Amino acid sequence: MLTAVQFRRFTDNVSRTLRAAALAGVFFFPILAQAMSASAGQPPRDVAPVLIPAGVYRPLSRATTDPETVAVAAFRLDALPVTNAQFLAFVTTHPQWRRSRVSPLFADETYLRNWAGDLDPGPASPPDSPVVNVSWFAARAYARAAGLRLPTLAEWEVAAAAGYTTPIGRAEPDFVQDLLAWLARPVPAVLPSVATAKPNLHGACGLHGLVWEWVDDFNTAMVVGESRADAARDQNAFCGGAAAGVSDTSDYAAFMRQALRSSLKAKQGTTSLGFRCAEDLPSTDLPSP
Amino acid sequence: MKSRSSLQLTSGLLAAVLSLSATRAAEGYVPVKGLAPMPPEIAALPVEQAVLTPPPLVPPAITRRSPARVVVDLEVREVVGRIADGTQYTFWTYGGTVPGSFIRIREGDVVEFHLNNHPSSKLPHNIDLHAVTGPGGGAASSFTAPGHSSQFTFKALNPGLYVYHCATAPVPMHISNGMYGLILVEPAEGLPPVDKEFYVMQGDFYTVGAYGEGGLQTFDMAKSIDERPTYVLLNGAVGALVGDKALAAEAGQDVRIYFGVGGPNLMSSFHVIGEIFDRVYPEAGLKFVQEHVQTTLVPAGGATMVDFKVDVPGTYVLVDHSLSRAFNKGALGMLKVSGAEDRVVYSGKEVDSVYLGSQSAAGSLSSKREDELKKQIAAQIKANPTIAGLTKEMQMEKGKQVYMQNCFACHMPTGEGMAGVFPPLAKSDYLMADRERAIRIVLKGLNGKITVNGVDYNSAMPPQQDVLTEEQIADVLTYATNNWGNAADAYTVDEVRRVKSDTL
Repeated sequence: MLTAVQFRRFTDNVSRTLRAAALAGVFFFPILAQAMSASAGQPPRDVAPVLIPAGVYRPLSRATTDPETVAVAAFRLDALPVTNAQFLAFVTTHPQWRRSRVSPLFADETYLRNWAGDLDPGPASPPDSPVVNVSWFAARAYARAAGLRLPTLAEWEVAAAAGYTTPIGRAEPDFVQDLLAWLARPVPAVLPSVATAKPNLHGACGLHGLVWEWVDDFNTAMVVGESRADAARDQNAFCGGAAAGVSDTSDYAAFMRQALRSSLKAKQGTTSLGFRCAEDLPSTDLPSP
Repeated sequence: MKSRSSLQLTSGLLAAVLSLSATRAAEGYVPVKGLAPMPPEIAALPVEQAVLTPPPLVPPAITRRSPARVVVDLEVREVVGRIADGTQYTFWTYGGTVPGSFIRIREGDVVEFHLNNHPSSKLPHNIDLHAVTGPGGGAASSFTAPGHSSQFTFKALNPGLYVYHCATAPVPMHISNGMYGLILVEPAEGLPPVDKEFYVMQGDFYTVGAYGEGGLQTFDMAKSIDERPTYVLLNGAVGALVGDKALAAEAGQDVRIYFGVGGPNLMSSFHVIGEIFDRVYPEAGLKFVQEHVQTTLVPAGGATMVDFKVDVPGTYVLVDHSLSRAFNKGALGMLKVSGAEDRVVYSGKEVDSVYLGSQSAAGSLSSKREDELKKQIAAQIKANPTIAGLTKEMQMEKGKQVYMQNCFACHMPTGEGMAGVFPPLAKSDYLMADRERAIRIVLKGLNGKITVNGVDYNSAMPPQQDVLTEEQIADVLTYATNNWGNAADAYTVDEVRRVKSDTL
């Protein structure tokens, strides 16, 4: 007997596979398509995604013209970040994303630097550890190839706001302590397996405590537009000035995520920056095959 | 094959389009402006690499009498290090030490600053040098992702001793993890020469574990925000300047300490026990030199220079004279002075003899006798039924006041409660059956079904332990159990306390 949850995951998988097949312009019998997904260039997806219920994201800092909150619709998020093994499958079928061939427009010299070779993650990058040193472009290309996308900043923050047992992690002392402990540790030479990550209330593992993660719109972390108001805000981004116009100055972890995102360019990677994929909820009005 | 190429085409196009917007937006935040054009007279200046030193060392005095272009290469590293014996902490550092490397330049120098963030760093960092004139003190221009390097140039306009620190949000955390140091901008004419120079900085640290608790300790955000440091340290560790790591000088030498406070929160009442500063440059400014100073106040994010001649050999202790920090939190270092004694300046202990004062034998006996009498009075009160009765009566009066403020709204002034909703206290079999239970209910509250005098009640009573004192609880119970047809012994504070500790 399938439980309701298992059934939902099964139907989601089927619909996702269908969509991937439709995207590829080819129509397969679903099971066959799933079996062939690796050879068709779709990276393996070993763990079912989890449902992140609709929520509200309150940006840490914003211009006075920005809304105070951002509504986030329910969506599906991979339970785990992408591993070296999964990324290896991707670069195997997408040679343009191999280290030696990637365009310098899309990845700088840090790209997959911890790998031993183009198709060899090597001892510093175990198969079940999260892939790091990937650019935003590469992360995005991977997601697209999987028929998925990167979560938006607001989606990621809503998913990661949950604690181990409650919807508000910031109010769980254990959760806060674990988070700050991770933030305060240097990056280990070899990252741990994704299996070590603790699930949060929604079942998403390692949103905190494993690696940083790219989000689709990372560069909106400190929006800089044309307006002089934004430019003035810019100068306040450091030192005590950073606290001006901030929704919760005691959320140090949020400051650190914002600082990291702001420091990045889309072609960069770091030794502790990975990603995971997301997708919209399957809607009932998808064109039927 | 068709499917694959179309997929690649789509993602390639998309990436190309996005690359334009993404790059523009990302670079718009901290614009990379390219190398600043230098006028010929600046471009012609001699170029030299700055000598950086770890604490407590100071780079050699600058001997040249004209400006130069000075290249500073400072590396940011996140490292696990010792904060106390048996206790580690993850320090975020400039150059691998806390405080960070000492930088020494000269007024008028044009400094080409490179901030290199090590690839193993988890976080972006930057540097705000208080010696820099310009927005952020270099912070925005030096904001650097892990595994990257930033360059900016500034001209040292103002001489003095300046703090530098990381200014990436959350700034208090970056600073309390050790991201600060000193940069000395020597005045054009140089500083008065001394025999020894030292580099000492104070900072406050916030760990989850108590002072001295072992293992790898984690930053405690709540303590940091409340400004309740676990450690207050000179040069980043308990005992960093103690024993064989103590500062060393010889009797007769002139000593200068470049002293700064990184904070993030506390100021320092900097004092060297047994010395008087011959010269202090208050707030590290050079114009007004104060003389003969015992203790000098140094603000967080500020610095001072103190000069003094060490005349007498021995150990001199550097402290923050807010002494709990020195005694209990580690804010202590040592300066060991070797050489020949000068017993005219300081003799050492000359005489040791007995002195009794108020602690004499007669005084001590009298105080013992007083304690005995107090005990006898307490025993007499307890044994005397009249006094005991009066005590109970007084408890009931006090209990009545508590009842009329806190209890009567539900249980009614008559103790009869409200039929079916709030149980009665008057002639209540439930109340009178179990003293401990009665205390527990007042302390902790009660939820759910109970039966009182044969009637079921199912409601909630809020806990009172945060509202009433132990004495008030004893009093109100004494009142309720000796009124409205009830009769019982008085409740004591001891009884309440016992139940409270049982059920904690």
